[in-house]
Amino acid sequence: MSKATPSPTSSGAATAARPVPRRKVSKFGGLGPGIVVGGLVPMAVMLWDAQTGALGANPVQRLQLQTGVLSLALLILSLAATPLRLVTGWTWPARVRKALGLLAFLYATLHVLVYLVDKGLLNGDFGLATVVDDVVKRPFITVGFTAWLLLIPLALTSFKGSVKKLGFARWTTLHKLVYFVVALGVVHYWWGVKKDHTEPLIYGLVAATLLALRVIFKDFRSKKKAGGMGKTATPEN
Amino acid sequence: MTKLPPEQTPKSAESEKTPNPRREFLRSAGIFTGTVAALGGGLELLSRKPGAEAQALPDLIGQAKRPLGPYDAKDAVTPYEQATTYNNFYEFGTDKADPARMAASLRTRPWTVKLDGEVKKAQTVDIDTLQSWFPLEDRIYRMRCVEGWSMVMPWLGFPLAGLIRRMDPTGKAKYVQFTSLLDTKQFPGQRSSVLTWPYMEALRIDEALNPLAFMAVGLNGRALPGQNGAPLRLVVPWKYGFKGIKSIVQITLTEKQPKTTWSIAAPDEYGFYANVNPKVDHPRWSQATERRIGELGRRPTLMFNGYADQVASLYSGLDLKKNF
Repeated sequence: MSKATPSPTSSGAATAARPVPRRKVSKFGGLGPGIVVGGLVPMAVMLWDAQTGALGANPVQRLQLQTGVLSLALLILSLAATPLRLVTGWTWPARVRKALGLLAFLYATLHVLVYLVDKGLLNGDFGLATVVDDVVKRPFITVGFTAWLLLIPLALTSFKGSVKKLGFARWTTLHKLVYFVVALGVVHYWWGVKKDHTEPLIYGLVAATLLALRVIFKDFRSKKKAGGMGKTATPEN
Repeated sequence: MTKLPPEQTPKSAESEKTPNPRREFLRSAGIFTGTVAALGGGLELLSRKPGAEAQALPDLIGQAKRPLGPYDAKDAVTPYEQATTYNNFYEFGTDKADPARMAASLRTRPWTVKLDGEVKKAQTVDIDTLQSWFPLEDRIYRMRCVEGWSMVMPWLGFPLAGLIRRMDPTGKAKYVQFTSLLDTKQFPGQRSSVLTWPYMEALRIDEALNPLAFMAVGLNGRALPGQNGAPLRLVVPWKYGFKGIKSIVQITLTEKQPKTTWSIAAPDEYGFYANVNPKVDHPRWSQATERRIGELGRRPTLMFNGYADQVASLYSGLDLKKNF
């Protein structure tokens, strides 16, 4: 897990003339803040679109759809970190995983908020009963709502200290929930589409591939270890 | 990751010893900008569906007399720009902005309509001739989409009943089947097998003879835009919007109930009748409320879309939960 905020290189220009004290140079300065700002770009564009009327004739539905797709896309991106490391050996994807996950949670929360507003949250005739009815009666909503609920503990324990508090093993187990959440997200998207399932299918295939890569590589490595070929294998971590 | 052999490490150690702050800053700034562009741009491409531009206005075909009563919903008419850029017309694509973007590929003249089936004499008639058979009239109808949104549309056209009578049905005619144009050149969406093409819809003949059932050739006093179903479409305001088949090339009177496109695609979700009914939910969402395009909140959906006085008697004795 990486810290998204302090970049060791960002203050470099201030000490231009003097010899710089020896310190570690990050190869990826700017990456973390870039992810955060890049991930917030769609939100800024949505606000801009809302101002200019570019959300179309049914802005509520447009926001609903867009926040949902963004959440799923970011969640799947965060899932790509480990397979990328396994395939390429890169470690930088793992450093931005937390930021991606939290951005996914942000858009999922906006998605739920738009749904609640649509159910009348701002109208004054908001009925918790209608929401509960919806969540209980319609599998499409049940699945989506469950996915969001399961993201909450993950978001809450994504901060420094949580790993220590929970212990690494428990923290890891908890965060494996994300596989389940992604599956629920894809099913929810699939069910929400009236007929053309191309997009949910693509998201589903990408997510399935990423999950499969983990399994394949895990299998591959454990076989290597068991076979006593550890000498040639890339050392772990 | 210690892939590099040890003899290569001094080089990187050296560069760590004398970092160039300027270069480092530029490098970070570059990574930052690249990441923002890649992630922000990528997410935008994935998720943002741009709206359609306003199209050139079709020709005026004139305002006609407007019958009052149920033919003139007193609700505020949906702005033309929204009524023509937010459409479901899968022949042009599944996104709501696709029809307005793609409609230029549709050629509505010359256009003929085949009138056949259980009629005394089948015929194929040019659209302009067909249109000249009837005086055109304006009708302001509510339109409720099965997806939970609604509009108020100022159609221009003629009652379907007149056309049915003109077709001179035989005694066996029980249903009216409508077929849309099948042409992948004009309808690029038909290259996708998302629905079975051509699009088909049907009504019971007594539904078709109801004075509310309407054939539209215009909108807002102008020729119907391609995205709204030019040059000839069905409007049955007490039914969900998908019953209002667009760009009709054939009308057939039949003895048996015809198959309809959406009931083939998902028989558990879209029935033959598709009457607007707030008490019968779609399996995936409630039909109790709707969003009028142009409004942010929702309003309660009315039985038969508010046309119960005119059409409820058509369905007396029919279980509308079963016959949805």
